[in-house]
Amino acid sequence: MPFGLALRRKTQAGFDAFGSINLKERKRVELSGGQILVECLKAEGVDAVFGYPGGAVLHIYDALFQQEQVKHILVRHEQGAVHMADGYARATGKPGVVLVTSGPGATNAVTGIATAHMDSIPLIVITGQVPTSLIGNDAFQEVDNVGITRPCVKHNFLVKDVRDIAITMKKAFYIATTGRPGPVVVDIPKDVTDPRVTIPFDYPASVSLRSYHPTVKGHTGQIRKAIDLIINAERPMIYSGGGVILGGASAQLTRFARLLNYPITNTLMGLGAYPASDRQFLGMLGMHGTYEANMGMHHCDVLIAIGARFDDRVTGNLAKFCPTAKIVHIDIDPASISKNVVVDVPIVGSVKSVLEEMLPLIEDAGGAKQPEALTAWWAQIAQWRDMRCLDFKTNGDVIKPQYVVQKVWEITQGDAYVTSDVGQHQMWAAQYYGFDKPNRWINSGGLGTMGFGLPAALGVKFAYPDEEVVCVTGEGSIQMCIQELSTALQYHLPVKVVSLNNRYLGMVRQWQEFFYSGRYAMSYMEALPDFVKLAESYGHVGMRIEKASDVEGALREAFAMRDRLVFMDFQTDPLENVYPMVPAGAGLNEMILV
Amino acid sequence: MENEAGALSRVAGLFSARGYNIESLCVAPTVDETLSRMTLVTRGDEQIIEQIIKQLNKLIDVVKVQDMADAPHIERELMLIKVQAQENSRNEVYRLAEIFRGQIIDVSESSYTIQMVGPGHKLDAFVTALGAIPVVEIVRSGALGIARGPRGMAVPEA
Repeated sequence: MPFGLALRRKTQAGFDAFGSINLKERKRVELSGGQILVECLKAEGVDAVFGYPGGAVLHIYDALFQQEQVKHILVRHEQGAVHMADGYARATGKPGVVLVTSGPGATNAVTGIATAHMDSIPLIVITGQVPTSLIGNDAFQEVDNVGITRPCVKHNFLVKDVRDIAITMKKAFYIATTGRPGPVVVDIPKDVTDPRVTIPFDYPASVSLRSYHPTVKGHTGQIRKAIDLIINAERPMIYSGGGVILGGASAQLTRFARLLNYPITNTLMGLGAYPASDRQFLGMLGMHGTYEANMGMHHCDVLIAIGARFDDRVTGNLAKFCPTAKIVHIDIDPASISKNVVVDVPIVGSVKSVLEEMLPLIEDAGGAKQPEALTAWWAQIAQWRDMRCLDFKTNGDVIKPQYVVQKVWEITQGDAYVTSDVGQHQMWAAQYYGFDKPNRWINSGGLGTMGFGLPAALGVKFAYPDEEVVCVTGEGSIQMCIQELSTALQYHLPVKVVSLNNRYLGMVRQWQEFFYSGRYAMSYMEALPDFVKLAESYGHVGMRIEKASDVEGALREAFAMRDRLVFMDFQTDPLENVYPMVPAGAGLNEMILV
Repeated sequence: MENEAGALSRVAGLFSARGYNIESLCVAPTVDETLSRMTLVTRGDEQIIEQIIKQLNKLIDVVKVQDMADAPHIERELMLIKVQAQENSRNEVYRLAEIFRGQIIDVSESSYTIQMVGPGHKLDAFVTALGAIPVVEIVRSGALGIARGPRGMAVPEA
């Protein structure tokens, strides 16, 4: 039996049949660099590595092969590996781990690394490197990976000695997961993992760096100043972002908003941190935010920014941003404070710790102090809500993309993990799938990486095989990482792909309609594949839905197939636009509504 | 900052990526050979300088950032300047170097090379004072800075 031979695991001195180190013999066991790396992953509780083998990482793969604790998911393209690890990290809150080879393996991973960096996602990306003796010689599959990734990582390392692997891995996990999280690249030359070189292995229990001390606890004086401003607000607004999700502070945020009875809006990255179905929730803000959220921002007198970074897609024209507001800003990253918008009361600290400190102080103060003004403010907000800015016109049996998302929400009871790609479908998913829980909405907000959705969904499904995972995508984005349909089959990751196929690069087309007099330069996707056959050729189920009246039935049929990946190709209205929209250069109060 | 390969390029990369300008940059290991000290001269309004300091602090290899301009400090730069010094200008160059407390460190039949230390504006003034005397080459180190008074820059514990 050739397979039996190939898969048989050798047992070595100090290892049991499953490749785990026998603890009694640990002291005198000597390990190679590759084995040390795998032991480091085990020590960090890593259950999965997303990767792709190649020359420079063969020693590591050989070590990985001889154990069972850390599973390896073989992707079809390194970008997919990073997005999968990223999706896994966003859903679980644990760091995602990637293993790729040198040269093109590493450069293919860069888009994924930059995606994670922009959204502050903790990743450990292990890249192979040519042997130390060849570095700088333009060797086969050599790139300066530390140099290439430097601007898009939280930190990176080049490990040049087998004795440095354990401490470097400890530092990498520590840096990636603390403070404002982010990706850390560990570049390892091939000779450093050479199986012929073995040393005693000892994983450090902790690590401390003299140059890295993230602030967790907020400054007490600043917190008191903020509370004073917050409870005396007449037209308050809570604006919270991805930091609340990353910081696991959704419960604290919810208590904070309810205690004060203040309106709250979430950024694209912050959706789910506060339940969308709650009456205090005004929806998303920003370029495609709701009328009530953006008007609330524009007219508020106290803005409470929590784990958000005043991104240009949120603020619109900075000169017109929140003209009447005093601003409190809580963030773990001091560099995010007063970067784009100068704030009145900055608080550096983890949102969880700061909010926990604030809650009893607000209770002691008896809550909000301006009940009459607040009642009037809520009445004003109710008027804005009456604009019903997310209503959309239906058109016979033409499928409206918004309707598809609404139906997905209904059928999954608002409880699915939803990933998206980038473009119109991403905005519709954000607007029409009301997230009541954190970590359920997974998208590339900062970098805006098309191709993110499918691999990210697979990463989530790997972490939570029993949960419903939906990838909302478009026919443009899905083709940027569609090869991962093959990975989905191999590892049995039956996600549901909801493709809103309008035959256009929709967001590009929308901008061309609004700002380029309808000159649709290269935004039309001719020669699209038959997605049903494509899905089938990858071993999955494909469905093509052309009529609005078929949408619900098709979705129910697809979601009933619990153990199959179903690719749903919805032929949607080609000219539908995302509304509301704040055009570039406009203030948040200057929205295009329909 | 940590005296490690790549630390310098992290700083330089940060400045170019965020569009800050570097007027000069000086770096060398300190007595503690695990650390390097960098003196960097940049320009910007208060908000930009604050951002630069915050962004530098975010770099893992940066151990401590101090804005020298915040407090009384001494700034010095080294210049090596080679000027034509032929019969008619030889005495004039010598005299100017004396006035500016420069030292002539290399002599040839037709040139003097002068070493001069001082704040940047003094070095500029010397170059201006040379007037019509042709300058062959100038090398400047960029500024170094140190705070006035008894206190040194403390490094945080690990």
